[in-house]
Amino acid sequence: MASNGNGKAAPAGVVVPEIKFTKLFINGGFVDAASGKTFETRDPRTGDVLAHIAEADKADVDLAVKSARDAFEHGKWPRMSGYERGRIMSKLADLVEQHTEELAALDGADAGKLVLLGKIIDIPLATQMLRYYAGAADKIHGEVLRVSGKYQGYTLKEPVGVVGVIIPWNFPTMMFFLKVSPALAAGCTVVVKPAEQTPLSALYYAHLAKLAGVPDGVINVVPGFGPTAGAALTSHMDVDSVAFTGSTEVGRLIMESAARSNLKMVSLELGGKSPLIVFDDADVDMAVNLSRLAIFYNKGEVCVAGSRVYVQEGIYDEFVKKAVEAAQSWKVGDPFDVTTNMGPQVDKDQFERVLKYIEHGKSEGATLLTGGKPAADKGYYIEPTIFVDVTEDMKIAHEEIFGPVMSLMKFRTVDEVIEKANCTKYGLAAGIVTKSLDIANRVSRSVRAGTVWVNCYYAFDPDAPFGGYKMSGFGRDQGLAAMEKYLQVKSVITALPDSPWY
Amino acid sequence: MAARRAASSFLSRFLLTRPSPASPASPAGKSALLGAGALLHRFSTAPAPAAATAEEPIQPAVEVNHTQLLINGNFVDAASGKTFPTLDPRTGEVIARVAEGDSEDIDRAVAAARRAFDEGPWPRMTAYERCRVLLRFADLIERHAEEIAALETWDNGKTLAQAAGTEVPMVARCIRYYAGWADKIHGLVVPADGAHTVQVLHEPVGVAGQIIPWNFPLLMFAWKVGPALACGNTVVLKTAEQTPLSALYVANLLHEAGLPEGVLNVVSGFGPTAGAALCSHMGVDKLAFTGSTGTGQIVLELAARSNLKPVTLELGGKSPFVVMDDADVDQAVELAHQAVFFNQGQCCCAGSRTFVHERVYDEFVEKSKARALKRVVGDPFRNGVEQGPQIDGQQFNKILRYVQSGVDSGATLVTGGDRVGSRGFYIQPTVFADAKDDMKIAREEIFGPVQTILKFSGMEEVIRRANATHYGLAAGVFTRSLDAANTLSRALRAGTVWVNCYDVFDATIPFGGYKMSGVGREKGIYALRNYLQTKAVVTPIKDPAWL
Repeated sequence: MASNGNGKAAPAGVVVPEIKFTKLFINGGFVDAASGKTFETRDPRTGDVLAHIAEADKADVDLAVKSARDAFEHGKWPRMSGYERGRIMSKLADLVEQHTEELAALDGADAGKLVLLGKIIDIPLATQMLRYYAGAADKIHGEVLRVSGKYQGYTLKEPVGVVGVIIPWNFPTMMFFLKVSPALAAGCTVVVKPAEQTPLSALYYAHLAKLAGVPDGVINVVPGFGPTAGAALTSHMDVDSVAFTGSTEVGRLIMESAARSNLKMVSLELGGKSPLIVFDDADVDMAVNLSRLAIFYNKGEVCVAGSRVYVQEGIYDEFVKKAVEAAQSWKVGDPFDVTTNMGPQVDKDQFERVLKYIEHGKSEGATLLTGGKPAADKGYYIEPTIFVDVTEDMKIAHEEIFGPVMSLMKFRTVDEVIEKANCTKYGLAAGIVTKSLDIANRVSRSVRAGTVWVNCYYAFDPDAPFGGYKMSGFGRDQGLAAMEKYLQVKSVITALPDSPWY
Repeated sequence: MAARRAASSFLSRFLLTRPSPASPASPAGKSALLGAGALLHRFSTAPAPAAATAEEPIQPAVEVNHTQLLINGNFVDAASGKTFPTLDPRTGEVIARVAEGDSEDIDRAVAAARRAFDEGPWPRMTAYERCRVLLRFADLIERHAEEIAALETWDNGKTLAQAAGTEVPMVARCIRYYAGWADKIHGLVVPADGAHTVQVLHEPVGVAGQIIPWNFPLLMFAWKVGPALACGNTVVLKTAEQTPLSALYVANLLHEAGLPEGVLNVVSGFGPTAGAALCSHMGVDKLAFTGSTGTGQIVLELAARSNLKPVTLELGGKSPFVVMDDADVDQAVELAHQAVFFNQGQCCCAGSRTFVHERVYDEFVEKSKARALKRVVGDPFRNGVEQGPQIDGQQFNKILRYVQSGVDSGATLVTGGDRVGSRGFYIQPTVFADAKDDMKIAREEIFGPVQTILKFSGMEEVIRRANATHYGLAAGVFTRSLDAANTLSRALRAGTVWVNCYDVFDATIPFGGYKMSGVGREKGIYALRNYLQTKAVVTPIKDPAWL
């Protein structure tokens, strides 16, 4: 059923997993929306409706926040020891692991993600993330201070309270645990709004969390739309912090909404236009493979996608030739087929948006080397696409396309490429391919981005903080740095009239 | 959850949930210390403690399956073929004969550990994989908790309620704690004065030699092995000759959890032979020892004379427990009692010098006597027993000699002072009052159920006297006054100060000594330092964007 190369993706015989959870999850139970409304979530392989999901609106968000507030103010979660929270989170990790097949299939059908990669990457990384923060829950250290004066000072790291979590559709599982795990470890309670395109796995996780022993009200999941459910959450007077991953445009609205309501803490992980810089001394085959992964992985629907590929002039021609071959052998097809490299874009909007950018590229004078068209009659499949002769002022070089479209550019010197790489309003990630220690060290410091991958890409790790410079956002996910988003710092100073040392 | 809470604290929560001993105990007074199911009050009116040992010892519900040395993933006999007996402290009878490691066995064990470190998968696998092995180990400990606890009680004489309700859960907890550190061991990237980029790598130190005592065989195993393995080291562990059994049992489980061969080697044997061989071994990169100050000095000396391996020592103590005049006397009496009598008084941090303010002194002594008299001594497998036998005849005799010394030096023997029964190593809970600072019982570590009560009249005085010791392991402070608590906390020269609690041993809390109580800290993030090398990697950076 799968296509070869850039052939057509066949919709016949698609596997649709059973869908068990379609309602809102509030205070430990699945409930209908107050309005009774539902919305459709579609299978991007066919465009068909997968399920009707309860559609949360302000009234539901109010209920969810109230439940999270009660769980925080009066419930066990923040009052149990970090070790106990960690034990429950470990249990949840075990449960997620046990349901790997089913969860990978859910994300496959809901987001068009490769099921095989879901099983070997997304779900295992999610469980690793959970275990990482389970192990962090009993390692939240305040500090005992050396205050100047006859005082004893120390800091308490306290859970911030009720956290609103708004996550995107490109990595439904990873994003859920990226935000929820550290929040839970810190002792916070959460209200999660998953993307309307991909609500299914989040609801499943809420169910598993309850089985693992997460008390009612600690995790609430309210599927719905940004302008309604999302806005209700970000403007809520009783939400203490909002953690968002998504577009820069929506990030701005969220910050605005926080500013206009209760000045809640905000952390934003937004868009990017990340450069991948290949120097003359690189192994060209390795660099080509890396660049293909950097832009076509997950159909280019990655905030850190290496969408601007800068290649030094000495290897440029060879690189271009091999990059085209590599793109053409990147197999587009049903994400449930284990031989597929790339599934469909998540929905019609994205599909059309990506095609529009391809048109912009052509009309602005870039040269389309390969791809550029839909890859099937049905569904939202797009061919891996490469442009050359791209200049920095073109839309395809400075706007986030969020699709399988690479802009390949030539450069001459290190100074020049540093300047070009930084010539963006984004600063999420960057890649460097070189054998030179000096170049690696220098460029690592010079690129203004939250993550720099040297001779690798997408080397995410639970211990490595991740987030943006500039308009790619602020705050960090992953690592112990992420805990800061979910913790308040309280200084306690006590008069100490008599001590043998100060 | 009750068990888990108990796991993190010996005494503080125990006191919070337990009615004061002076008042009639209520059924709600379930003891965290003794674990679920064991109610102290049921036995508070029991006949004289001596009666408890007249009965036949309870047969432990566990078999001894592992008595050989564990080297390179296999149970093997000692090279010499020799064995030694490990004894049941309730009777002095032989539980099992255990392979006796000597220097040749240490050589084999170190070679295995060396190979596992230099060539094996353990330091080379990802931190997350090491984390998973340790997490599986903790799960296995819980699955076999009953047998492990029974083995521990049999070999050591501590109460089963304590072993099962508190210590085995603490072992699992400690292992999980360090499992969680494995993937969070961070070096710093430090600033340079010029155009250099500097990374500080924390590398595993290599082969760690660890020598643990008999008073908490399993807990000491966890405190030592947990951080060493989390950091990627390999280990040669020498257990105490009195208590070799539980370490062999759990080391086997650790292999079942996926530990590669040679990463943890367990050698049973004696200090002067196996212990000394380990300390002087040129292939051992680090030593960690818990035991007496005298032996600690030898360990440090052997390290100095061989390859200058770094040493952490957790040694003896004569820890003060200071009761201020504003304290609730009943609570203070109970806490001070537990502080010294817990684990038959065989704790390095036992609160063995009880300093009591003169305004509450008489009442305190009277009530301490009453509490000690009520302490239930008997077969540690029996429900409700608070105190089992001392570990062996040598300790037993040493303690009785100290009691005699106390009497001879003019301290008032308030209660106890004799053995209990005619068999095994049981000793009466013993209280001395009117002790003076220069008496042996006030200066030397007795390591037995002997409380020495001293009177003081002022804060400055008690600070001076409490610090007038070559030890500095722990201290207890009992007061309602914030200022007094803060002043004493800072003024007492000890590695741990427990304020209105005692023996709280969470895995997160660093533990170790000032002065001759030792070097370095165990538990918490601090223990990681013992098992990590620090390497600065400095590289010039050309045209840096910033410095």
